[in-house]
Amino acid sequence: MLGKNDTGALKALKALGLGLALMLAPQAAMAASPAAVEAAPVETLEAVPAPGQAIETPTEEAAAEAAPAPVERMKPTEGKGMPVPGGIGLQQQHSQLGEYASWIHNSVLLPIIAVISLFVLFLLLFVMAKFNRRANPVASKTSHNTLIEIVWTLLPVLILVGIAVPSIDLLAKQFKPAPEEALTIKVTGNQWFWSYAYPDNGDFEITSYMLNLPGYPEINAGVRTVGEGTDSDGPPQLEVDNRLVVPAGEPIRLQITASDVIHSFAVPSLWFKLDAVPGRINEKVLQIDEPGVYYGQCSELCGVKHAYMPIAIEALPRAEFEAWVTRQPGGTTKAAAAAAAEAEAAAAAANDNAAAAEAETAASDGEPAAAETESAE
Amino acid sequence: MATTAPPEGFDVHADHAHDDHDHKPGFFARWFMSTNHKDIGTLYLIFAIFAGIIGGAFSGMMRLELAEPGIQYLDTFTKLFGATNPDFNATLHTWNVLITAHGLIMVFFMVMPAVIGGFGNWFVPIMIGAPDMAFPRMNNISFWLTVAGFCSLLISAFVPGGLGIGSGVGWTVYAPLSTSGSTGPSTDFAIFSLHLAGAASIMGAINFITTIFNMRAPGMTMHKMPLFVWSVLVTAFLLLLALPVLAAAITMLITDRNFGTTFFDPAGGGDPVLYQHLFWFFGHPEVYIMILPAFGIISQVISTFSKKPVFGYLGMAYAMVAIGVVGFIVWAHHMYTTGMSVNVKMYFTAATMVIAVPTGVKIFSWIATMWGGSLEFKSPLVWAIGFIFLFTVGGVTGVVLANGGVDDVLHDTYYVVAHFHYVLSLGAVTALFCGFYYWFPKMSGRWHSEFLAHLHFWVFFIGVNLIFFPQHFLGLQGMPRRYPDYAEAFAYWNHISSVGYMIMAASLVIWFINIIYAYTAGKKAEDNYWGEGATTLEWTLSSPPPFHQFETLPVIDDKAHAH
Repeated sequence: MLGKNDTGALKALKALGLGLALMLAPQAAMAASPAAVEAAPVETLEAVPAPGQAIETPTEEAAAEAAPAPVERMKPTEGKGMPVPGGIGLQQQHSQLGEYASWIHNSVLLPIIAVISLFVLFLLLFVMAKFNRRANPVASKTSHNTLIEIVWTLLPVLILVGIAVPSIDLLAKQFKPAPEEALTIKVTGNQWFWSYAYPDNGDFEITSYMLNLPGYPEINAGVRTVGEGTDSDGPPQLEVDNRLVVPAGEPIRLQITASDVIHSFAVPSLWFKLDAVPGRINEKVLQIDEPGVYYGQCSELCGVKHAYMPIAIEALPRAEFEAWVTRQPGGTTKAAAAAAAEAEAAAAAANDNAAAAEAETAASDGEPAAAETESAE
Repeated sequence: MATTAPPEGFDVHADHAHDDHDHKPGFFARWFMSTNHKDIGTLYLIFAIFAGIIGGAFSGMMRLELAEPGIQYLDTFTKLFGATNPDFNATLHTWNVLITAHGLIMVFFMVMPAVIGGFGNWFVPIMIGAPDMAFPRMNNISFWLTVAGFCSLLISAFVPGGLGIGSGVGWTVYAPLSTSGSTGPSTDFAIFSLHLAGAASIMGAINFITTIFNMRAPGMTMHKMPLFVWSVLVTAFLLLLALPVLAAAITMLITDRNFGTTFFDPAGGGDPVLYQHLFWFFGHPEVYIMILPAFGIISQVISTFSKKPVFGYLGMAYAMVAIGVVGFIVWAHHMYTTGMSVNVKMYFTAATMVIAVPTGVKIFSWIATMWGGSLEFKSPLVWAIGFIFLFTVGGVTGVVLANGGVDDVLHDTYYVVAHFHYVLSLGAVTALFCGFYYWFPKMSGRWHSEFLAHLHFWVFFIGVNLIFFPQHFLGLQGMPRRYPDYAEAFAYWNHISSVGYMIMAASLVIWFINIIYAYTAGKKAEDNYWGEGATTLEWTLSSPPPFHQFETLPVIDDKAHAH
């Protein structure tokens, strides 16, 4: 990374080659499917802290000690949820609203602005060819034409109305609140790391620091170097020690704030960006289509290590997410909480049968699934 | 003009209208105590070139660092600012100092002094047939306050500012990074420099408005004023209305920083987002402050070299007024991701898109002016045509960014950097060079080399496009702004962009050679060297114009200002 002197083209080729090699590696190929989580090589397990294990200043030892069942975390798929070398367009989207917004950009806005730019370029070339001094020695004296002035005022208005329709529609969709029962996660921006709290799951909190970079001075004390002892790390500068782990395929309510200065929580492949402002809680729905690892970076200038506080979201199937939650110190699932509540309720001979029954079904649905995942790992 | 006694040897009552060889004050009185609009304009231009070199050098340092992933040069740069053995944080801090200084210098000390202070001072009085500005002494203090502001900004780069030396808060100076997030005197110096530059601009604005409203020659009605004068008039109103809001906002920053107030601190009931509203209420008109005079220059140049009057003059003038008015009610499109309600976001999306309409009117009117004309491809016209294309590209990406829902992915990425550099670095600066080659022989009395002027254009055009077009790609791929370092995936286009910078820098060398050529070997310029198409009043004067012009006011008749 540091001190390469070859040209940009060569670098891109190298990066492409590297990407290709990574994709051909067996583990990487398996990582293309979420099942790869379970198939991760065993020898790396002890070396890597489970995601979200370390709370304060994470050390590998402490993390490994605290982890009841160390697991390999999900290996990101090359090119998914991250920028691609030499890419010229938007990142592939992995949320429904992102796909819609991406369609608006690629199929509405981009063609319109390209046509307008080329039209202006054509007009310029045309007048240069047709009305230069040699071709047209005597200039006309025309300086008004009401009709054409009205046309070139109204035509842009119509084009803009055409753009506004899907654009306003997108805004309306983006602001649709999450359903009442949606999982809430609290995101806090700090100089220069993120912390994620799970109030619905026992209110445990994890901190997320960028992994140190090879060849750099130590950026985050006590954090390992990217790629050290594992092959499940994403690109340097984007990978973190503890990812934000969320369930895939369901709306999640992200409540975002900051503890010191303004930060911005942004994940390009999920069409998500919302400022973390001290003293405010900003809320936005995040719904990820499929399991995977999605990377983003702080997007509001927040001081010296602004470039070194990336965001990594690991979206898991619901059952695996719950298994992950139960492995966190203090972490509990709704189902487990409901089961506990049911036991209490039974002891107290509660008279609300409906609630008890509901808790029972929830418990019978949730618990075996969680157990299953754990045993598989 | 002379309500107070002029300094010794400062003869403001010279009667010989066209005798520019005598009656000039001595060197010190002429350049340091100047009340002459042309001399002050020249001072502004020299100052803008000087500040532009520094601001441009900062961008060169940034592109050098960004040419490859990793941190290679920041350590060296940190030592340039006077640090000994900086730690890694201090090194990274230097990056933020560079982006802050580059933005502030280019906006407040390069583009604004050049278009308004430089060309505005030089040509607004002449174009309306006035002997000078309405308040010559205020004109003088406007200039020297700008210089003082620049000094304050330079000082800020060499004093402690938190984890390193200099102020690393971004040109937007967002709270709380600029309040509780930046200890040390550096940010105070940077904020104070904005106070000084803002006061200078407010006085300049008052001067221009008064001059244009009250000192037009007989027959020079508002609707006969050249479009450059219209553009400066609208700009002056924007300055007058927007800068006090900035002054208030940054004064609150100063008191939050030093006197324990909590305007922007939630712990005391304040709100960081309030600062952003105040800043962008100024900041959005500010971008039109930079581009409207450029519009004016382009209109003059296109008309001159087409040998036609500007097409749709009234539409052109009132399009600028419309842009100015609408420019005040779109500010929050800079804040789409701060967490505003859906209705606010929808309003600002719609209002922002409206600006494309008067801007489109201007683009089409310029082309219609050339349509049917007899184009002569002298260097200013080539720069003007380049401007129209580059500004169009910058404008249409603005329409993309206007969409609040789409901006969610583009906000604070390199797409935004590409957008505003297309309208400013490629738009406003292209117009500056256009105006420079258009008026340089008039101002200096010496011809530049037209060949070098064309060469300068082509090298500059290739260079800036190579710098900024790939930044659209980086932004779409998600590379955030204000990053000294980036993931390997962003390396390719960053490298191309840095190569473009070197080409652009080479074009500036051509420009300097051209200036040296003009002063050493340039031919003497005639009064109206562009010929029949050049019809505004500056072409009725000698090149350079007399020290005091129009002591007998010109009379504008219906045949316009043809000479």
